[in-house]
Amino acid sequence: MDYLDYVQMTTGQRFVYKLKSFFMGIPGAIVKLVSIVGHFIASFFSMIANGFKGYGERFSNGDTGTKLSYVIMGAGNFVHKQIGKGLLFLAAEVAYIVYMVSFGFQYITQIYSTGVNIGGNIVNGVIGNEGPIYGQDPDGLTGDVIINSDTVDDSNKILLFFVMTVLITIAFVVVYVANTKSAYAVQQIEQSGKKPMSAMEELRSFLDERFHVTLMAIPVILLLIFTVLPIIFTIFVAFTNYDKNHQPPGNLYWWVGFENFADVFYTNKMKSETFGKILLWTIVWAFFATFSNYILGIVLALMINKKGIKFKGFWRTMFVITAAVPQFVTLLVMRILLDDKGAINSMLGTNIPFLTDMSGVWPKITVILVNMWVGIPYTMLISSGLLMNIPEDLYESARIDGANAFQQFTKITFPYIFFVTTPYLITSFVGNINNFNVIYFLTAGGPNSDSYYQAGQTDLLVTWLYKLTVNSSDYNLAAVIGLLVFVICAAGALITFNMSKASKNEEEFS
Amino acid sequence: MTNTQSAAMKSGYAARRKAANIIIYVILSIMVIIWLFPIVWLVMRSFSGDNLIAPKNFFPTEWTFDNYINLFAVWDSEANAWVDPDPFPYGKWLLNTFIVAVCSAVISTLIILMISYAFSRLRFKTRKTFLNFGLILGMFPGFMSMAATYNIMEIFGLKQSLVGLVIVYSAGAGLGYQVSKGFFDTIPRSLDEAAKIDGATRNQIFWVIILPLSKPIIVYTALTTFLSPWADYIFVSYFMKDNQENYTVAVGLYNMLEPNYIANYFTRFCAGAVLIAVPITILFVIMQRFYVAGVTGGAVKG
Repeated sequence: MDYLDYVQMTTGQRFVYKLKSFFMGIPGAIVKLVSIVGHFIASFFSMIANGFKGYGERFSNGDTGTKLSYVIMGAGNFVHKQIGKGLLFLAAEVAYIVYMVSFGFQYITQIYSTGVNIGGNIVNGVIGNEGPIYGQDPDGLTGDVIINSDTVDDSNKILLFFVMTVLITIAFVVVYVANTKSAYAVQQIEQSGKKPMSAMEELRSFLDERFHVTLMAIPVILLLIFTVLPIIFTIFVAFTNYDKNHQPPGNLYWWVGFENFADVFYTNKMKSETFGKILLWTIVWAFFATFSNYILGIVLALMINKKGIKFKGFWRTMFVITAAVPQFVTLLVMRILLDDKGAINSMLGTNIPFLTDMSGVWPKITVILVNMWVGIPYTMLISSGLLMNIPEDLYESARIDGANAFQQFTKITFPYIFFVTTPYLITSFVGNINNFNVIYFLTAGGPNSDSYYQAGQTDLLVTWLYKLTVNSSDYNLAAVIGLLVFVICAAGALITFNMSKASKNEEEFS
Repeated sequence: MTNTQSAAMKSGYAARRKAANIIIYVILSIMVIIWLFPIVWLVMRSFSGDNLIAPKNFFPTEWTFDNYINLFAVWDSEANAWVDPDPFPYGKWLLNTFIVAVCSAVISTLIILMISYAFSRLRFKTRKTFLNFGLILGMFPGFMSMAATYNIMEIFGLKQSLVGLVIVYSAGAGLGYQVSKGFFDTIPRSLDEAAKIDGATRNQIFWVIILPLSKPIIVYTALTTFLSPWADYIFVSYFMKDNQENYTVAVGLYNMLEPNYIANYFTRFCAGAVLIAVPITILFVIMQRFYVAGVTGGAVKG
């Protein structure tokens, strides 16, 4: 379809077209994601290759000091009388060597110990500290298990310290390369007859040319330790058998390759069926939750902002109040109200199983309705601002041409809002895929069913992930689900990006 | 068209519009009632003397302030004295949440301002890489790596502690730079350049020029980071496990509704919920404009 066809469509057709292209865009977006990741990896390696080239060039062109700094960090700076900087580089090298020898290196070796194990366990005379053989469960072996806190290997710690050591090593390599660059730079400055920067000047540059280093150092280090490290650890866990039967300390877990992914997709009947059902419901939920909130929120905003409606501020504030109360409070109150013997049923004198209907129909409807209660004020709040931004002259010229209120809505208001909020719509679709609060506080994923693995009829992927982590300690499965959610969100983000770029080109409202 | 004709048309039009407005008033009133019902019901329950979870009447049959008092102290008739409420030390939780919220608000605000200034105003070689990494990290479900974070805190000796909670909240703040970066982007770059010509360093520009112009975004960042610990249930409940002493209000209140307790503690839960909801609601209503700007990426000017 080209641009001309698109312009000739009515609003409704455009809406359907956009919807269709959104869902049809998903496979394409996934392919694109893969290609972007591929491109990312390729550029990463070419960066490394370029780095090596520069690394070699600097070495062949370097003087003695520079060459020496390839082995003893900071040597180049010492030769050119940058004592402070040289000392820092030397200290970094010494610290790294001490860390690796005394602590880090053992975890690098243990991660591959006996080729496939994450660690060894002391079991009395049966397996020895070699650890279990690949694919063999230590629980199945006879003998006394001695758990000695001094000698026992903790798979968790081994994996965690392994990731940590890798991150530290990467950081060290960065410092090391910076050291060779710094040595070569100072050599070149001296050769060209200028005076190299003094320590004071270097320090001062961290408040000016290199101010970004000062600003970002602490936040990035914190992110690395408390966000990146746990995420990498969890990604690794997706490839192990770290479940409720393999809980360290005392038990080991080890690499199982893609077994968990295979389980979720087809090998394990129960898990794969649960995954299929939950994925389907997650998408159905996200669709209804997003569009019901979106459309009714805009309608509400239109009603409040209609000309001639008085007390606009009052109406808006009433709805904003419900959005402002912390979600866990309102949702817990809703749960209490909608209980089988709750206030709604007792006031109406009915007996509706809002949240407990075993067939799952009532709970599914209820969570979508309650989500409307939670979400419509937000959409109202956001689209109110947008409504005020619609150029008034558009309406004026429409009125002169004889358009009635309904036509004005379908030809001006709705296209405008839809145009401006398309990215928001997709963000909130992704947000609803991740909507933990509404489901967990209302039904906790229930009603539970035997045909689900550790989940209930209204569970979303994220609440299933949470339950797998907290209730059943199936960390490996939880990690797999987390990765899959990540892929879905990344695809959604890419579609948003593409569409907002595309909509800018259309210039419908320029 | 004569004057009378057009007047008749006008009045017909006005009547139609009036009718439409009345319908809208009716719809809005019904909606407000539906939307406010659960909240007003919660407030009513918090003042109720009976401990009913599902009363037939909307208004309490017996009004009392005891639920609020009992959150902080319970009258022990045997000892003839006020004692701490035993299973649910609400006052302690309130204090915990307040400490965590203040500490993490201060640290997070600093971190967010630093990061967003660097991304918005400074140009350096690794900028794009960092921005991409930030985007990718943000797409992982927040609590996917909860267990690993717990393990790391255990190694630092900070598991189930308030300090650990502050660190996790503040560390995560590094990814929440979008709104304030968007704000910094709108400050004219000519200001920076003029200052640079006058010999100011980037450090001075940050403190002397940018920050004083950024009061609204500083307030917004501080308030949002202050508010988030009050509403966070997921991470705290996993992180604190059974360490009741260090619970925050959200986890504590949730536990009041456990099947063992709900019958006796329901109205107290209501009082506790109202107590934290009131200040948060007021803050949100005041800040709603910033919220909208944050969500729509600064598209809203009004």
